[in-house]
Amino acid sequence: MTASVRSGPYEPRGMGLAIETVAAWLLAVVWILPLAYAVWTAFHPAEFSARFELFSPLSMDNFVRAWEAAPFARYFFNTFVLVTLILGCQLVLCTLAAYAFARYDFPGSNIAFALVLAQLMVMPDVLIVENYKTMGKLGVLDTIPAIALPYVASAFGIFLLRQTFKTVPKELDDAARVEGAGAVQTLLKVYVPLARPIYLAYGLVSVSYHWNNFLWPLIVTSSVESRPLTVGLQVFSSSDQGIDWSVICAATLMTSAPLLVGFVLFQRQFVQSFMRAGIR
Amino acid sequence: MSRFSAALHGWLLLLPAMALLMLFTHWPALGTLIDSFYTTPRPRRPSVFAGWDNYRQILDDPIFWQALTNNLWFAVGTIPVSVGLAMLMAVWVNDRIAGRTLVRMAYFTPTVLPMIAVANIWLFFYTPQYGLLAQLFGVFGATTQNWLGSKDTALICVTVVAIWKEAGFFMIFYLAALQQMPPNLAEAAALEGASRWHFFRRVQFPLLMPTTLFVLVNAVINAFRTVDHIVVMTRGGPDNATSLLLFRIYELGFGFWDTSLASAMTVILLLGLGLIALAQYGFLERRLHYR
Amino acid sequence: MKRRTFLQGAAAAAGTAVIAKPAIAQAATEFTLFFPVAVGGPITKLIDTMAVDFEKENPSIKVKPVYAGTYQETLVKLMTAHKGGSAPALSVVLSTDMFTLIDDDAIVAFDDFAKSEDDKKWLQSFFPAFMENSQTAGKTWGAPFQRSTVVLYWNKELFKDAGLDPDKAPANWAEQLAFAQKLTKADASGGVSQWGIQVPATGFPYWLFQGFSTQAGAILMNPEGNRTFFDKPEVVEALSYWVDLSRKHKVHPPGIVEWGTTPKDFFEKKVAMMWTTTGNLTNVRTNAKFPFGVAMLPAGKRRGSPTGGGNFYISAKAPKAQQEAAFRFAKWATQPQRAAQWCVDTGYVAVRKDAFETEALKKYVAEFPAAAVARDQLEFAVAELSTHENQRVTKALNDGLQAALTGTKTPEQGLKDAQVEAERILVRYR
Repeated sequence: MTASVRSGPYEPRGMGLAIETVAAWLLAVVWILPLAYAVWTAFHPAEFSARFELFSPLSMDNFVRAWEAAPFARYFFNTFVLVTLILGCQLVLCTLAAYAFARYDFPGSNIAFALVLAQLMVMPDVLIVENYKTMGKLGVLDTIPAIALPYVASAFGIFLLRQTFKTVPKELDDAARVEGAGAVQTLLKVYVPLARPIYLAYGLVSVSYHWNNFLWPLIVTSSVESRPLTVGLQVFSSSDQGIDWSVICAATLMTSAPLLVGFVLFQRQFVQSFMRAGIR
Repeated sequence: MSRFSAALHGWLLLLPAMALLMLFTHWPALGTLIDSFYTTPRPRRPSVFAGWDNYRQILDDPIFWQALTNNLWFAVGTIPVSVGLAMLMAVWVNDRIAGRTLVRMAYFTPTVLPMIAVANIWLFFYTPQYGLLAQLFGVFGATTQNWLGSKDTALICVTVVAIWKEAGFFMIFYLAALQQMPPNLAEAAALEGASRWHFFRRVQFPLLMPTTLFVLVNAVINAFRTVDHIVVMTRGGPDNATSLLLFRIYELGFGFWDTSLASAMTVILLLGLGLIALAQYGFLERRLHYR
Repeated sequence: MKRRTFLQGAAAAAGTAVIAKPAIAQAATEFTLFFPVAVGGPITKLIDTMAVDFEKENPSIKVKPVYAGTYQETLVKLMTAHKGGSAPALSVVLSTDMFTLIDDDAIVAFDDFAKSEDDKKWLQSFFPAFMENSQTAGKTWGAPFQRSTVVLYWNKELFKDAGLDPDKAPANWAEQLAFAQKLTKADASGGVSQWGIQVPATGFPYWLFQGFSTQAGAILMNPEGNRTFFDKPEVVEALSYWVDLSRKHKVHPPGIVEWGTTPKDFFEKKVAMMWTTTGNLTNVRTNAKFPFGVAMLPAGKRRGSPTGGGNFYISAKAPKAQQEAAFRFAKWATQPQRAAQWCVDTGYVAVRKDAFETEALKKYVAEFPAAAVARDQLEFAVAELSTHENQRVTKALNDGLQAALTGTKTPEQGLKDAQVEAERILVRYR
C-alpha cells in the first residue's frame, strides 16, 4: 500500500497520533477478540474452553475430532464447486448483459435495466419460499446447481460492469471494429481486459458472499452430497447436543481457513482492486 | 450494422442473464404475490382462494408486529453504527498509525468469516457465568447477566454481532475513497487555516457521499437479510424478542410449512424494501447524473 | 468414519458429483436414515457403527445415516425432502410429530410391513408409555428408538457442602425449593456463583414444563391431538412454581436457561441440581468429575414426567424396497440386546421391557442404578404434548412459557394467550 503515504497537513502527529493509535488498537483488539478466542480454544483441550490458563498444553485433538465428526472433506468440495460454479456463470452472464446495456441501444433496454436494478432490492434471499417451489418443479432440489441458480444472474454484477464498460473510450471500440473484430471479439479483446480490477473486486465479493451463504443452502439441501460448509458447520454445532466449544471452534477455524488465508495473503490486492475499481 | 441487427445482438447478449433473472427474481416475486391470496395447499385440503385472509392473519399476529419492530430496531442499530464505525476505521487506517496493516486486518477479518461460525463464538461470549463477557465482568465485580436469555438484552446482543461483522467490510470502501482523494485539497484547506474537524466535515465527508450512499444501500439490505446469527444463537427467542422478518418467514414457510402465510409476509417485506429502494433510487439517480 | 467419508468424497469427486442425488438404488437396496442428536456424546459414531453392524448381518442392504441437527432441524429436512419428492426411507424425529407427518401424508404405518408373527410381536414389545405418542387411529406409525423422560441430576458434593444428605434427592416440590435455597450461593451484591437448580427453557421448553404440569395433576392435550388445555388452573399453578423459582426465590437463574449449556453448567459446578433428559446420562457420567445422583422428578400432587425422544418413521414417498429395508433396520435396532446397548451408550431408556432382562443391562443397572431411574419413572409418565400442526402449537406454548419466565407476562396471561393461539390452530381439526 505505497500509494498515498505522503504526509498531508492533517496527518496527526505527536500526541494526536498517539491517542489515535491507542484508540485504533483498542478497537482492533476488541474486533479480533472473537477470532483470537476461537484460535485459543481450538488449540487447547476441552477442559480449558472456559478457563484461560496461559500455559495450558497445546493440542490438535480438537481438529482431529472435528474432522472425523462430520464429512468436512465433502463439505469443502461442495463449497468449492458451488463458489466456482456461481462465479463462473456470473462472470459470463453479467459480462454479456453489461455489454449489451453499455454498447447497444435496443428497444426496451431501459425497461430491462430497470428490471435488473429491481433485483438489487428484491434479492433471492427474500424469495426463499417461492424459489424453493421452483427448484422442486425443476427437479433439482438437493443439488449444488439448485443453490447456485438464483444467484448467477447478478444485478450487482451487471450494474458494476455496465458502469465500467461505459467508461471505455469509443475510439478503442471503433479501432477494433476497423480491424474487423466482431461484437464478441471486441468484448473479449477490448472491454474485458480494461475491466480487470472490477472483475477482481467483484469476484472477491462474490466468492466470500457465497462461501458464507447459509439460509438458502440450508433450505435447498438435505443430504451430505450437496451441503456446503456453512450448513455442515451449523448442523455439526447444533446446540442441542451440549456444546463442546473446543471442537466447534476447531471446526469453525477449519471452515473459515481458506478465506482467512486468502485474505491475509491477498489483502493488498483486495484493497487495491477496490480502489482501482472506483467503487464509490 | 443495421438497427435491427444491433437490437437483435443486444437482446441476444442480454437473454441468458435476463432469463435467469426473470426465473429467479421476477417470476418468484409475482408467484409470491399470487400465493399470498390463496390458502396453503395440504394433501388433505387443496388450496382455495382466500382473498385478504392471509394478510389479515398476519396483521393480527402479534409475532409479526414483534418481528417488524425488532427488524426496525435492528436496522436502526446496525446501519448508522456500522457505517459510522466504518468511516472511523477507514480514517484511522488511512493515517500513519503504527501497525496499520495489522489493524486493518483485524477490522476486516470478521467479514471473511461465515456468520454461522461467528455466531457460535459469540454464543460462548454471551454464555452466563463462564462465558467470556461474564468472566470479564466478573473481574470488575459486576454481576453476570443472561444476555441472550432475557428480552431486554437479546436484540441488542445480536445487533452487536451484526455490526461487528459488517463494519470492516464497509471500511474497505471508505478506505478506497479516502486514498483516492486528491492531496491538494488537504493542502488548500490547511492554507486557509481550517481545523481537522472542519476539513473532515466540509471537504472529506461530502466527497465521501457517493461511497456513503453505496454503503448505505448495502447496510439497509443487510439489515433485512441477515438472519443467520438468529438461527444459531437464539432461534428467534426468548419469546420472539429476536425474531426478524426474514426469520419469521423462514419459520412460517419451513417450520410450519404454512407457505401462503409466508408468502403474504414476504410480500409485506418486499413492499417495505421497495419503498426504501425508491427513496434511495431517488438519491442515486441524482448521483448518477453527476458523472 | 474418517475413511468412510474420505472414500465417499473421493468416489463422488470422480463421478458426476455436481448433480449427485442421495439414495440411488443399486444392486443392494440402499436407504438413507436422517437422525438428530439432542444429547451430548458420540451419538453420530454410535449410529454409524450400528449401520455397519446391520450391513454385516444384512449384506443386501446398505444404510446411509445422515446427521441432520436438532429434532426440529431434522423434521424440517425430512419435510423438505418429502415435499421435494425424495424422502429418506427412515428417519428419527420426535414421537410427537406423528400427527403432522400423517397430515402431510409423509409416513406409512408400521402395520403395513408387519407380516410375520414375529413382526407383530415386535410391534407389541415396547413399553406402553412410549406407544402413547406412536399410535393413533388403531395403527402404529412410529417405532420407539431413543426415548427418554426428564430426570433430576444432583451434585452430591455440593449437597454435602450445603449440609444436605448427599444421597437423598428432593422428593417433592417443597423439598426441591428448600434444597435449592440451601444450595444457592449468592454474595453481598447479589451475584450468584452457584445456583440451586436450573430447568432449561430453550429449544423445547414445553417438554420440561410438562414435568411441572403433570406433577400438578394436569394433562395438556387430548389423545386425538385436536384440543389443548393450557389455561387450566393446575397448569397455571405449575408454571407459577417454575417462575417463582427464579423470580421470587432466586434459586434458579433468571430469564431463559439454555438447553445445550446446562450439562456444562452442571459440570462446572455453577448449578447443583438440573432437570434434563435421561439421554444425557452417559454424557454426565463421562464428564462430571464429582459424585452425582439421578432421581425421578420431585412430586407435586403426584410424580410425573412426559416421555420424550424420537421414533423411527418410514417415509411414504420412498420406494417399496427401501421401505422394507427401513422396516428391517428399525426392527433390528430395537432388539433387546441392541436396545440395551443403546441405553448403556447414551442413557436413553431401553425401549422395551425385555431389554432390561439382558445380561448387559442387568449388570449395568446393578453397578449404576441411575440407569434405571428413567425406566422406573415410566410408571408415572404421561404422553408428550402432541397435536396436529405440532410445531405451531408447541411454539404457542413455548412463547407463553418464555414470556412468563422473562417476566413479560404473568403465568396466567402467558398460558391464556397460548391457549387462544392453540385453539385457533386446532379448531379446524375437530
